[in-house]
Amino acid sequence: MTRKKRRLYILLLCGIGLGSATALTLTAFQDNLVFFRSPSDIARETPPAGRAFRLGGLVEEGSVQRQGEHEGRPAIHFRVTDGANTVPVVFAGVLPDLFREGQGVVTQGMMGPDGVFRAREVLARHDETYMPPEVADALKRSGHWNPAQGAAPAPATWNTLDPARPAAPAATPLPRSGT
Amino acid sequence: MIPEIGHFALILAAMLAIAQSGVPLWGAQRGDSRLMGVAAPLAMAGFVAIAISFAALMWAYAVNDTTVVNVVANSHSAKPMLFKLTGTWGNHEGSMILWVMVLAGCSAAVAGFGRDLPSALQARVLGVLGLISLGFLAFILMTSNPFDRVWPPPPDGQGLNPLLQDIGLAIHPPLLYLGYVGYAVTFAFAVAALIEGRVDAAWGRWVRPWSLAAWSFLTMGISIGSWWAYYELGWGGYWFWDPVENASLLPWLAGTALLHSAIVVEKREALKVWTVLLALLAFALSLLGTFLVRSGVLNSVHSFASDPARGIFILCLLGIYVAGAFALFAWRAPSMAPAGVFSPISREGGIVLNNLLLCSITAVVFVGTLYPLFLDLLTGQMISVGAPFFNSATAPLALPLVMGMAVGPMLAWKRAALWPVLQRLWWAACMAMLAFILTLTLAGWHVLSALGFACAFWLICGAATDIADRSGVGRTSLGNAWNRARNLPRAAWGAAIAHAGMGVTILGVAGMGLATEKLVAVPPGGSTQFAGYEWRLEGVRDFMGPNFTARKATITVLRDGQVVHVMEPSKRYFPIGGMTTTEAAIRTSPARDLYAVLGEERPNEAGVAEAVLRLHDNPLAPWIWIGAGIMSLGAGLSLTDRRIRIAAPARRRKETEAEATA
Repeated sequence: MTRKKRRLYILLLCGIGLGSATALTLTAFQDNLVFFRSPSDIARETPPAGRAFRLGGLVEEGSVQRQGEHEGRPAIHFRVTDGANTVPVVFAGVLPDLFREGQGVVTQGMMGPDGVFRAREVLARHDETYMPPEVADALKRSGHWNPAQGAAPAPATWNTLDPARPAAPAATPLPRSGT
Repeated sequence: MIPEIGHFALILAAMLAIAQSGVPLWGAQRGDSRLMGVAAPLAMAGFVAIAISFAALMWAYAVNDTTVVNVVANSHSAKPMLFKLTGTWGNHEGSMILWVMVLAGCSAAVAGFGRDLPSALQARVLGVLGLISLGFLAFILMTSNPFDRVWPPPPDGQGLNPLLQDIGLAIHPPLLYLGYVGYAVTFAFAVAALIEGRVDAAWGRWVRPWSLAAWSFLTMGISIGSWWAYYELGWGGYWFWDPVENASLLPWLAGTALLHSAIVVEKREALKVWTVLLALLAFALSLLGTFLVRSGVLNSVHSFASDPARGIFILCLLGIYVAGAFALFAWRAPSMAPAGVFSPISREGGIVLNNLLLCSITAVVFVGTLYPLFLDLLTGQMISVGAPFFNSATAPLALPLVMGMAVGPMLAWKRAALWPVLQRLWWAACMAMLAFILTLTLAGWHVLSALGFACAFWLICGAATDIADRSGVGRTSLGNAWNRARNLPRAAWGAAIAHAGMGVTILGVAGMGLATEKLVAVPPGGSTQFAGYEWRLEGVRDFMGPNFTARKATITVLRDGQVVHVMEPSKRYFPIGGMTTTEAAIRTSPARDLYAVLGEERPNEAGVAEAVLRLHDNPLAPWIWIGAGIMSLGAGLSLTDRRIRIAAPARRRKETEAEATA
């Protein structure tokens, strides 16, 4: 085979390889990209049914209930808040070790027809002090926390929080949705 | 005092690296043998200096020296001694020192074992390695000095993340770094070749053992990391397509391609430019992995602290090395003429196909890993790309790769006929079909797992056919074939074993595709049926460890009323740092792993405290890691091949050089 012909073959092969890789990537992206939504995003527009997404925020203080069953498995109910809005969540599984009330959480699953988020997994954190960046961003966007002013305030104080001040005592109960 | 010695040794190492990166390169350019000659002693001295520095840090950890900030932030006197020592690299600063120490060790090895190398090539390789070493030493000294002091010293340290207090920390990072940094050596060879403008069989012969060794270590490092995550994190899975995992998989994929194309350079002097490019790519991806993990861009157990200054520094280093190398490539590569010519159906052609598919998989994984980062950076939109993407995008590329893996090694060099090879592999194809049909009938409609089993049998039988064919089984007497098999080159055995090891890993992965799970709340004394066993919860009790307290459940696993296993999953609470970890109980057997995790305890309607248990039945799980072990064993065996040990052409050339000068 001449050099020219061989070079043509190699170019052709590379083209096929790159082309198939691109095609595979694009089709897989179409079905499998998982978007992040905060409770406020969900309040603004209802997420499409039957498509998984990630929900993140703080676990509302006092909202975790370990009882009942979901799809025949022992279930845990809790609410995820970003201060402005709240989404109830049900999860049938073993929670990661660093799951705490009042701390950041990211869950992945789908929205149920009754407005309860069915979490298929609650993502684990590996470090006590870690705040998932998505959660920090959601809290900032809802105007309830400026990370420059220190650690996140207690969730019970959130709906009365003035973004300009670092922390304020709780006065009224949290807005509840879906309960 | 000792930390200051460590700090001083580190600065000394940086000075030596300046000399190592400057003098030999200049000497090689001028052809001055005295200047080139300083490269080897400098590399050795640099290794000694970094080793002293590392030992000083380890000493600070061993005696829990709380005047050192790094020890305060990452250690505690109550930790067992082993975890104090391994905790040396269980943090950002210490792991970077380990990284440069492994790099300096590789430089010293090139200096020590590379006496047969042409002196200009050796000087250039060591010069480039010195340049890499210098960048990372500067990074440590400027942004992450582990020897910073604090005064007054706090009474004790803050403890190490309990997830890292495990034997896995002792093995996983050093092996992984040996792999990453091994590709620094092939990178240095590639850059040296570009400077010289010459790639020949002797070059291939030097690059191959390094890429083999790096690949072997990287395989071990990744698989041990995967095994560690499997037993320590308690999720019951072994690979999560987490960006940090992908960061280690990318250089592995590129390195696998390099490993194969280097054979072609060595044997046939073809694919030279391509091999140089792969060598650059493998190390670029190693650096990218280091950047992703060390900069704190990604959250995982690997990112110890996120400091933007560090991320930018590593990004600059990445930019300088990678852009520099690729610019050199663009400038010099066109001058390297290809020599060997081959037809598309030949061993070379098979390796080209292998490279093509591996690079396509690399590209897919690369895009899936980095796309969320770029999207966040450009639009602020948060997305994630998970396992479904990677599975559906890589599987169609992996399937032809695996199919070719059995055929490729049996093709002849230069020009081959496909049909006779396929005829010899018919029984392997039959076994694969049988596995496919059996899985579908026995385990139900699990097409992917069935395909996996078919691939596994195809590879294992294919490797056996390769060896049988080379030793002439069926064409000569059995005794004769046995003798021929024993005298086959070790590289042939190594390749067959590594390919079979891949088959074994795929066997485990396919088995894990059939894994089942059950989540159940059980009162003490109660039991549940799962995976053909009766699981009885005997009770949950408190337990005291050296630096933790725990709740430990005792589960008796029965079959037909006979006790088969007693499993004790637990939840540990570490008061220092206030963290809880899950300790899964695993019973391993060749056929399956039984895996139990203790969840929370909660009262049921009757007010009895029930324990939530997550039970997994993982068929064939251990073979995933055994297969990886077999793969690195194959690479190791290939390393002991006579050709590599003797490195004949390099020596011959040196003799002719000596004659020429005499």
